[in-house]
Amino acid sequence: MSFPWAQQYEPKNGLTKFLDEKLPLPRLVYNAVGAGYPVPRNLSYFWNFGVLAGFCLVLQIVTGVVLAMHYAPNTLVAFDSTEHIMRNVNWGWLMRYAHANGASAFFVVVYIHIFRGLYYSSYKAPREMIWLLGVVIFLLMMATAFMGYVLPWGQMSYWGAKVITGLFGAIPLVGEGIQNWLLGGFAPDNAALNRFFSLHFLLPFVIAGVVILHIWALHIPGSSNPTGVEVKKESDTLPFHPYYTAKDGFGLGVFLIIYFAFVFFMPNALGHPDNYIPANPLSTPANIVPEWYFWPFYAILRAFTADFFFVPAKLMGVLAMFASILVWFFLPWLDKSPVRSGHYRPLFRKFFWFGLIPAIVVLGYCGGAHLSTTTILLSQIFTAYYFLHFLVILPIISLIERPEPMPYSITEAVLGHDPDSKLGPKPTTASPAKA
Amino acid sequence: MIRIFGILTGLLFTVAVLWSFIVDTGAAISEPAPETAEEKYHLYPKGPEGGFAHEGLFAKWDTAQLQRGYQVYKEVCSACHSLRLVAFRNLGEIGYDEGQVKAEAASWQVPGVDPNTGEATMVEGSPTDYFPKPYANDIAARAANNNAIPPDLSLITKARHDGTNYVYDLLTGYREQPAELVEEFPEAKTAEGQYYNPFFHSLNISMAPPLTGTGQVTYGEGNPEPTIEQMAEDVTAFLAWTAEPTLVKRRQTGWAFLLFLVFATVLAYFSKKQVWARAKGGDVGEASVKED
Repeated sequence: MSFPWAQQYEPKNGLTKFLDEKLPLPRLVYNAVGAGYPVPRNLSYFWNFGVLAGFCLVLQIVTGVVLAMHYAPNTLVAFDSTEHIMRNVNWGWLMRYAHANGASAFFVVVYIHIFRGLYYSSYKAPREMIWLLGVVIFLLMMATAFMGYVLPWGQMSYWGAKVITGLFGAIPLVGEGIQNWLLGGFAPDNAALNRFFSLHFLLPFVIAGVVILHIWALHIPGSSNPTGVEVKKESDTLPFHPYYTAKDGFGLGVFLIIYFAFVFFMPNALGHPDNYIPANPLSTPANIVPEWYFWPFYAILRAFTADFFFVPAKLMGVLAMFASILVWFFLPWLDKSPVRSGHYRPLFRKFFWFGLIPAIVVLGYCGGAHLSTTTILLSQIFTAYYFLHFLVILPIISLIERPEPMPYSITEAVLGHDPDSKLGPKPTTASPAKA
Repeated sequence: MIRIFGILTGLLFTVAVLWSFIVDTGAAISEPAPETAEEKYHLYPKGPEGGFAHEGLFAKWDTAQLQRGYQVYKEVCSACHSLRLVAFRNLGEIGYDEGQVKAEAASWQVPGVDPNTGEATMVEGSPTDYFPKPYANDIAARAANNNAIPPDLSLITKARHDGTNYVYDLLTGYREQPAELVEEFPEAKTAEGQYYNPFFHSLNISMAPPLTGTGQVTYGEGNPEPTIEQMAEDVTAFLAWTAEPTLVKRRQTGWAFLLFLVFATVLAYFSKKQVWARAKGGDVGEASVKED
């Protein structure tokens, strides 16, 4: 689908005419990310992160495929084959550091992408399907990243695998059976390492498939925008190419500078030193922690320390950890406010900036820190807030909030006036997003 | 309906986690966790004064220092610690020429096979061999070291928090156990066969002070005096190299990448500005786009 004023693809020479008749791939690209896709003209730089996430996926697949050519998924040699890549393979160190830091970069970008969606309520009708597919992608990413971290078979790899698969052991009756089935044994060993490698190779291509659905679903209603006002007419949009290709190009440059600064100058800053110690089932690390991008969820897991009636604490923590992400699936139906953008929602905005964001940051800190009374108590307070925010506060806000005046159209938000607006110039209280 | 169900679920998790909060707060007040000797006396590494020669965004390896560090490893550390990820050929990267690498390799005995009988035996090392292990197995290593296995040193500076500074401070950090520590925490008293070192996570380490005094290793002509600090700094630099032999190449490649990227990003910025100049003003849809 597209807006009626979208530019039409016209094959110009013999080859493109031939292709357009037999397999209209150039037309598909033209309509997806070319001049044929009209995009709201007021997108801020927060709208760069979808393209950046796609770039990260490609980067991870390319570096990952090269690493897989040299890596050996066997507990006897996995650690050494990783070091072989670092020491003996030409540019192997670059591939491995690019891949390890690429995972972190991917999560940074995706988190900004997700929180942009939360602030501007991009999940609301008519974009529910885009959001649902996005949460699926995020879950797949988490599974992929977790299994990838196990592959070097260092201490954190081993104990991380043990703790995370152990979570399934908390399920009553069938838990232990599921855990053993997932691992192919009673503890992480060769069977687990081999299947994690196999799945770690497979899942990125599944992600790529869901990304295609995600973009397809995006092109049905078109992109959202910072005002949350839907596109009404041609002057509200600009063609994706050249406007947003140029903007994404600049954004990609800035991203790459920061990313490569990590890869080349502090490649181990985001990793854990224990993973440079070969896995040893007989020696438990002092503090088993996942990679930083799982810390908030890990804090939620560890926050449940007391049995709740007949539910054991561990099971409650596991349920809460999964629920903390699954709750995102229900957002389009929990937040019923007709206004999308946080710009025009005074109450929502306050809870977002002074509630949700600090809660996630503190949970992240507590999830990575050494376990202590302070971090546990903090995790408990902010875990409570996390669930209240999505499941109680958001639905209530959407009932009681009085939104601020919004611009009539995107054109008015950008230019300050719109000849089609029946209400005259927009009130000055509303702050339009910068184009 | 979804919202009512959602609110109930949210309240369930909130009440459950606040119940944990109440229980834990009660426990923390009624029986606060006692301070431990590790919390009070553990020191975080600072490293040598002035830092290491290879630290800094443009710094290179000081090959003379790495060679001195290799000498310390060979004459002191290698008695107990392996370096299994490093091969003798790698010594070519720290300034030894081909002949010297061969001679160094030959000065080590590595496991091999007797060419006449086929029996396992020790043979002279060649450049393709890896550094040999000092113990036949973990049990032998434990038996000789107060039940503690001396860790392999290939990656040691990356396998500890702030590893380079840590190794230096651990080597130079041995001291008398403070009397007030023993008074306050009698159970943390350094046991027989252990040594007090506040940089070690449990304060008491099974490794005897390896660097005992000036002149323990004889450095060649033109090198600094082999004090404990100097030897510690040299061997730590050497171990930083064994952990990350590509460090200098990595930084140099990084500068090339970043220079190119800054240049390309500046270009991208101006082309973005130029493209978007056409969209300023009101004539968005039609006129501005058609020219492409």
